[in-house]
Amino acid sequence: MEPDYELKKLTGWARTSPTVAKVVHAADVDSVAAAVAAAGERGVIARGLGRSYGDPAQNAGGLVIDMTGLDKIHSIDPDGAIVDVDAGVSLDQLMKAALPHGLWVPVLPGTRQVTVGGAIANDIHGKNHHSAGTFGSHVLSMELLTADGQVRTLTPDGPEQDLFWATVAGIGLTGIILRASVKMKKTESAYFTVDADRTSNLDETIELFVNGSDDNYDYSMAVPDTISTGPKMGRATFSRGSLAKLDELPPKLRANPLKFDAPHLVTLPDIFPNGLANKLTFGLMSEVWQKLVPKNGHRGKIMNLTQFYHPLDMIWEWNRAYGSKGFLQYQFSLPFEREEELKAILRKVSTSGHYSFLNVLKRMGESNRAPLSYPHPGFMMCLDFPIKQGLDAFCADLDDEVLSYGGRLYTAKDSRTSPEAFRTMYPRLDEWRKIRDSVDPQGIFASDMARRLELL
Amino acid sequence: MIDATGNPRTVLLLGGTSDIALAIAQMYAPAKPHVVLAARPTSRREAAATQLRDLGCETTEVDFDAKDTDSHAMTLDAAFAVGDIDVTVVAFGVQGDDEQAWQSHAHAVEMAQVNFTGAVSVGVLLGERLRKQGHGKVIALSSVAGERVRRSTFMYGATKAGFDGFYLNLGEALAPEGVKVTVVRPGQVRTKMSEGRGKAPLEQTAEQVAAIAVKAARKGKPLVWAPRAFRPVMSVLRHVPRPLFKKLPI
Repeated sequence: MEPDYELKKLTGWARTSPTVAKVVHAADVDSVAAAVAAAGERGVIARGLGRSYGDPAQNAGGLVIDMTGLDKIHSIDPDGAIVDVDAGVSLDQLMKAALPHGLWVPVLPGTRQVTVGGAIANDIHGKNHHSAGTFGSHVLSMELLTADGQVRTLTPDGPEQDLFWATVAGIGLTGIILRASVKMKKTESAYFTVDADRTSNLDETIELFVNGSDDNYDYSMAVPDTISTGPKMGRATFSRGSLAKLDELPPKLRANPLKFDAPHLVTLPDIFPNGLANKLTFGLMSEVWQKLVPKNGHRGKIMNLTQFYHPLDMIWEWNRAYGSKGFLQYQFSLPFEREEELKAILRKVSTSGHYSFLNVLKRMGESNRAPLSYPHPGFMMCLDFPIKQGLDAFCADLDDEVLSYGGRLYTAKDSRTSPEAFRTMYPRLDEWRKIRDSVDPQGIFASDMARRLELL
Repeated sequence: MIDATGNPRTVLLLGGTSDIALAIAQMYAPAKPHVVLAARPTSRREAAATQLRDLGCETTEVDFDAKDTDSHAMTLDAAFAVGDIDVTVVAFGVQGDDEQAWQSHAHAVEMAQVNFTGAVSVGVLLGERLRKQGHGKVIALSSVAGERVRRSTFMYGATKAGFDGFYLNLGEALAPEGVKVTVVRPGQVRTKMSEGRGKAPLEQTAEQVAAIAVKAARKGKPLVWAPRAFRPVMSVLRHVPRPLFKKLPI
């Protein structure tokens, strides 16, 4: 019997490539199992808060299970620093619940509006990848509903460890993640001590990543300017920080060091025309951004989560600023020894006529065991381009360069690469496919991304 | 699946040897989609496929006879065997000889069968398949001749008027299920279909029509004229009183 559904047009965060699916709202584990059992020839996929930029959480013509209703926090163990949560729990919700116990979410992406299930399925990373790895590396166990209707308990080193690691970064194609137990990080405060610098050109920016300047910090990242051309291109604000210890806080904050301090200013209405994101507006914003850090930088500044980590969370629904055409995020990686190639790519971007203001550059640490996990030792760079004519060819060109230097793209961000490019980027794809085929031989779990990248 | 930049992975040409359909396929060719050419098995179809392969596209040829409505389901099944069809171009039709057309029963029936009955037949079957896949774009080649049917081309115009009304509203019917239809109304186009005709005002090449059609489909526009100047022109012509309209040299 077909479950109750709502016919709904879905897109990712970048609001491109809409398709229509039958959306089922998960109320409990049984309703998820019933939906999976009723999946027709177009299959089924889980969806969280829809923050993936592209199409991994849409399934044209098939079923999409909205997991956000499955949002119970089952337990928080402050001594063991372990939480047991449903997959639909958001990192925002988890953080608010865990902070009073002195527990910090070990890996936070650029927004807290992602679910635990999504965090595992994309094996997300944060500004602390070089010190803490990906989200999947902190999962102690998870419950996975597979195509045969079974709920399997998977652990990273247990009997079905292959399936565990195929599910980490498996973009939902091995089954539906129902529940997970996650190792948290103990913290004395919810604030950061931050050192920041301003560099004046690209060489200086890259130098800060390769000279070990962020070795002793848990978190680090740079925001390079790729809009200026000439000598200023690649200048950046470079910030490094760690969670503040109690005695590092000013007396005023010491009274309530674990307060959830992440202000939100405004929600953007959906009224922005296309084309507002252009060289002029981005150039101005970029100039302002670079000046947020004083010329000679600062040391040991205490900052809250929004100031240091989630400045974009001050503006809710900021994706609307790109207008109805949407945008795309081009997030790529390159191995460490390719710094000259990285510089060449950024120079090319700055003169391409495609302007990106929301840039992030950081270095990544070791990879984990998941065949489709994105991070590997090297650099990773995010660029947000408004959709306009010629962007397809420009990105295809970037793909060729990234591939030839041994880099890759990230499934949580990709919305346009080709199946051939994806296969080359992820040399362990066949290994993953074998595990997936063994647990879902009929390809019940399907998504637009899986169809686009020919993963079915 | 159509990607974030609007590029399809698969394109179906119903009327796979039509100049406009091929020009549209060439517009998409830089993204190297798989193109399915549905047409009668002729050397022209073969040549068209070769041309697209030279541009780096994969191609599949499928037999299609617009008049044989019973075979349409099979034609579409063969096309959808490739996988989801992201963009479908409905571009088959006959123009015929205007004066002969309304005086020859066989000629008139054939024109109505190809341009209207055939188009409705594939439209219904296509809609069924696209609804199931939950996404897809259709570019339907109509004509300004159908917007206000005039004496000089009334057989062709009448079939295109029916075509236009059907595809515009098929688009509305399919929209809630993720399918977007773009109806394109070109004026006279310099193609094999208009061979032998004199140059008309606002005449276009197949490439010009294709560029307008593809841009409109990317934006998800339900209706577009080629060239755009036809929109105001037709808007005026539509409202000219009949006694005056029939005296116009058009």
